[in-house]
Amino acid sequence: MELFTNQVLAGIATGAIYACMALAVVMIFQAIDHLNFAQGEMAMFSTFISWQLMQWGIPYWWAFLITLIISFAGGILIERLLFKPLAKAPILTNVAGFIALFAIVNSVAGLIWDFTIKQYPTPFGSSPFLGSQLISTHQAGMIGVTVLLLIALYLFFQFTRIGLAMRAAASLPESARLVGINTSWMIALGWGMASAIGAIAGILIAPVVFLEPNMMGGVLIYGFAAAVLGGLSSPLGAVVGGFLVGVFENLAGTYIPGVGNELKLPIALALIITVLVVKPAGLLGRPIVKRV
Amino acid sequence: MLVTHLRLGAFSAALAVLAASSSGALAQKKYDTGASDTEIKVGNIMPYSGPASAYGVIGKTQDAYFKKINAEGGINGRKINFISYDDAYSPPKTVEQARKLVESDEVLVVFNPLGTPPNTAIQKYLNSKKVPQLFVATGATKWNDPKEFPWTIGWQPNYQSESQIYAKYILKNNPNAKIGILYQNDDYGKDYLKGFKDGLGAKAASMIVLEESYEVSQPTIDSHIVKLKSSGADVFFNITTPKFAAQAIKKNSEIGWKPLHFLNNVSSSIGSVMKPAGFENGQDIISSNYLKDPTDGQWKSDAGMKAWNEFLDKYYPEANRADLSVMYAYTVAQGLVHVLKACGDDLTRANVMKQAASIKDLELGGLLPGVKVNTSATDFAPISQLQLMRFKGDTWERFGEILSGDVGG
Amino acid sequence: MSAAAEDVVTEAPAVEAVPKRAMTLGLGTSLVVLAALVLAPLFVKNFIIFQMTMLLIYGLAVLALNILTGGSGQFSLGQSAFYAVGAYTSAILMEHFGMNYALTLPIAGIICFGFGFVFGQPALRLSGVYLALATFALAVAMPQLLKLNFFEHWTGGVQGLVVTKPDAPFGLSMSQDMWLYYFTLVIAIGIYIASVNLLKSRSGRAFMAIRDNEIAASAMGVDVALYKTLAFGVSAGITGVAGGLGAIAVQFVAPDSYTITLAISLFLGMVVGGVGWLPGSIVGSAFIIFVPNMAEHISKGLSGAVFGVLLFLVIFLVPHGARQVAIVAQQMLGKLTKR
Repeated sequence: MELFTNQVLAGIATGAIYACMALAVVMIFQAIDHLNFAQGEMAMFSTFISWQLMQWGIPYWWAFLITLIISFAGGILIERLLFKPLAKAPILTNVAGFIALFAIVNSVAGLIWDFTIKQYPTPFGSSPFLGSQLISTHQAGMIGVTVLLLIALYLFFQFTRIGLAMRAAASLPESARLVGINTSWMIALGWGMASAIGAIAGILIAPVVFLEPNMMGGVLIYGFAAAVLGGLSSPLGAVVGGFLVGVFENLAGTYIPGVGNELKLPIALALIITVLVVKPAGLLGRPIVKRV
Repeated sequence: MLVTHLRLGAFSAALAVLAASSSGALAQKKYDTGASDTEIKVGNIMPYSGPASAYGVIGKTQDAYFKKINAEGGINGRKINFISYDDAYSPPKTVEQARKLVESDEVLVVFNPLGTPPNTAIQKYLNSKKVPQLFVATGATKWNDPKEFPWTIGWQPNYQSESQIYAKYILKNNPNAKIGILYQNDDYGKDYLKGFKDGLGAKAASMIVLEESYEVSQPTIDSHIVKLKSSGADVFFNITTPKFAAQAIKKNSEIGWKPLHFLNNVSSSIGSVMKPAGFENGQDIISSNYLKDPTDGQWKSDAGMKAWNEFLDKYYPEANRADLSVMYAYTVAQGLVHVLKACGDDLTRANVMKQAASIKDLELGGLLPGVKVNTSATDFAPISQLQLMRFKGDTWERFGEILSGDVGG
Repeated sequence: MSAAAEDVVTEAPAVEAVPKRAMTLGLGTSLVVLAALVLAPLFVKNFIIFQMTMLLIYGLAVLALNILTGGSGQFSLGQSAFYAVGAYTSAILMEHFGMNYALTLPIAGIICFGFGFVFGQPALRLSGVYLALATFALAVAMPQLLKLNFFEHWTGGVQGLVVTKPDAPFGLSMSQDMWLYYFTLVIAIGIYIASVNLLKSRSGRAFMAIRDNEIAASAMGVDVALYKTLAFGVSAGITGVAGGLGAIAVQFVAPDSYTITLAISLFLGMVVGGVGWLPGSIVGSAFIIFVPNMAEHISKGLSGAVFGVLLFLVIFLVPHGARQVAIVAQQMLGKLTKR
């Protein structure tokens, strides 16, 4: 029983990583109706920027703030420069663009900061949380920030004009244009916000997995899985999905005899696919009805 | 075109033989494809892109080192032409690049290609073409097999003999240990695991309480550490690459698990593992090494280390000196230079292999004092010595004698 | 966010409609390409012949993806899994059972067809990004399955299997590479012609109807479930044959050869070649083989970035891939002849 509790707690701690990333995935999906494969690399790059700022002696919170601004602007810039020209191209061409962006960002980060792992500070400290030996204060802090971020996103999308405009632009671009929404800039704004959320995710994840150019590779797979499981249209779903994936993966690895440990990722993915077959829009996503 | 090319080749070969026999008493100059009076073509394959791109720095360091050699007059007057290609750690691409090196660039040797699967993919090809696969950059045990593969030779101490050293240490000092193992689920992890079990012998089954494997694609290994802790193990053998090693060391301390911790030398770097993981978390970890760790303060005034630093200052100033791969690359490049020098004017592929297989007590600046390079016609494992060490404060304290691994291919 | 609020979307299909006629090359062009493919090996080194063999093999794999995506509108990032199954099938049959290499290929194809058909069942319920994730999951899981202890006796586990390269038969005085090239060429041409005919047939029209509008297709009496899974099966089967050929050409199979990177490369090959345009497959295949080499030649440290930039250039200039180039060329040719 103790092992069970421990694994669930460890799963929640790891799940927080996935949940963070999944939020960024949902954000970009809301804006462009697609998954951005370079999202993890962009987050990694932002994290490196904040690390570099701290190396130059800028205090943590200032570095954090500056990184958010740079990431936001960078996200918009990438959209304007690279993806706006592709707006009329087929969606698969856009996906190829994401892959190209992935390759560029990863390679440039490797050249600037090389591939050895770097220690990344945490504002929460890494002592055991509330005497528990399983979750550190950093991980507890991470769960806290994820929840705050979730609430902020929810409020943004539900109660601000711009959030509403963004949702409209993503789901019905033509009608949105007719009511006077500048859909092109809504997309750019979505890129900027996704990039900033990715930066927060990267900064929270880095103290746990260590900072290096390939740090987000695995995280992004789980982030996608979590977002898809929870429903790509629902920030709450993404967070719930993140925790579920984290916990389920640990339990599969611990309790499925024989292959459980070696195949915990495939098993987790198989479960997600099963869920999708039953509920194609994810656990908390809204079903989409197509008009013929 | 192919035909004329062949004929020309045969003709020039005949000329070379003529020239060689007519020069008589003079020192005979003999060349295979890839060597001439002015240059020696050395091929190399590295993962500059893709998942293993962290190791690309090895190729870059070697390139810088050969620039230094050339600037200082080359080897017996010949410049090294170092041709290095990217295989992204994908075996089909390695085959393509190896064939390009041999058939298109016409190199004399393929030197230090990296990774067990890529090297396995090209081993048969290179041996059938009789092209030396010199000093492969992998610690698998199978490279020391001169009977089957006379054109393939290893370099670093192999994984199995290293883990046997730990096994022997445990049998001697903690005969009643309960051992938990974490290993990377690939050729590297499994090789270590096998060596360890062989080293424990019949007691392996009773002593090992849990074997956990992880995949490189996993973001964290926290769950494995939690499981290992609850297994009640009091000895932990950590077979992980740097990122995961640092995670494990840190997580151990976070959840208050304090076993006797053995760490494979792949991850023994102070600068890129122990420091990020936190010195206070790494105290008393046992590992082993054969290289001098540049980030270890004890080598500050060491002559070999100074030479290394001077080389980097001049030829590769942007190198990350905390990265042990830079030291590795430097040492193996020196090994190649040693072999090529020993070849003299007989730069045939057969002679390269012959010289590579007759290194006697070679000491290199980057190797720990007492560790020597030795090969023979039946021993294709150039470096097979290691020394145990224990982490104290912010440095590794070496202890015990220089140990020799004795696992054959 | 109540369940009652449903999004109603008039979604543009992910893959544009390509008329059937535009899916192939004209007879004249085909013959020129064929002649080039047949004659070229006589004039180049063995190494180039090997590269050309790989070009054909990846071309087949891209073609298979093209049938799935360009033909039936289903998106897959999991082709590397089928490629791996084909490669291991051939390797195991050759090394453990001593079977002739040529005989292993149809078996690899059939096994992969079955595998793809079965995988197509759950995929039926998924579309767009969800299908992408499901296939992506398959690609991620495959290397781990190949490494399983349980199969190690057959697969060689993490060490992989070394495969023996076949000699030219009937005492032909031909290098192994050249023989393998022509062998591959014959198979590739056979599969290409079969694929073109498949897409022209009743089944092909059903695929395209599903691609362009699934609901309308089912209203017209097309058995959507059957044809979608069939498309998966055919695509997987062809990929499997390509995988088998790849194993023989490279002489080695290992889990590291068939990672998600391969699936992504094949996907890029399809986009660069032009989605839905079968002859583009060979162009796409050339892109994924030669452009990384070019990128590396330009800069070692930044080869990934250079590759990315080149890829961006291609998709900026020709967002529809090589097909677009072909169409433009055809129009220009048409203008010239009219004058």
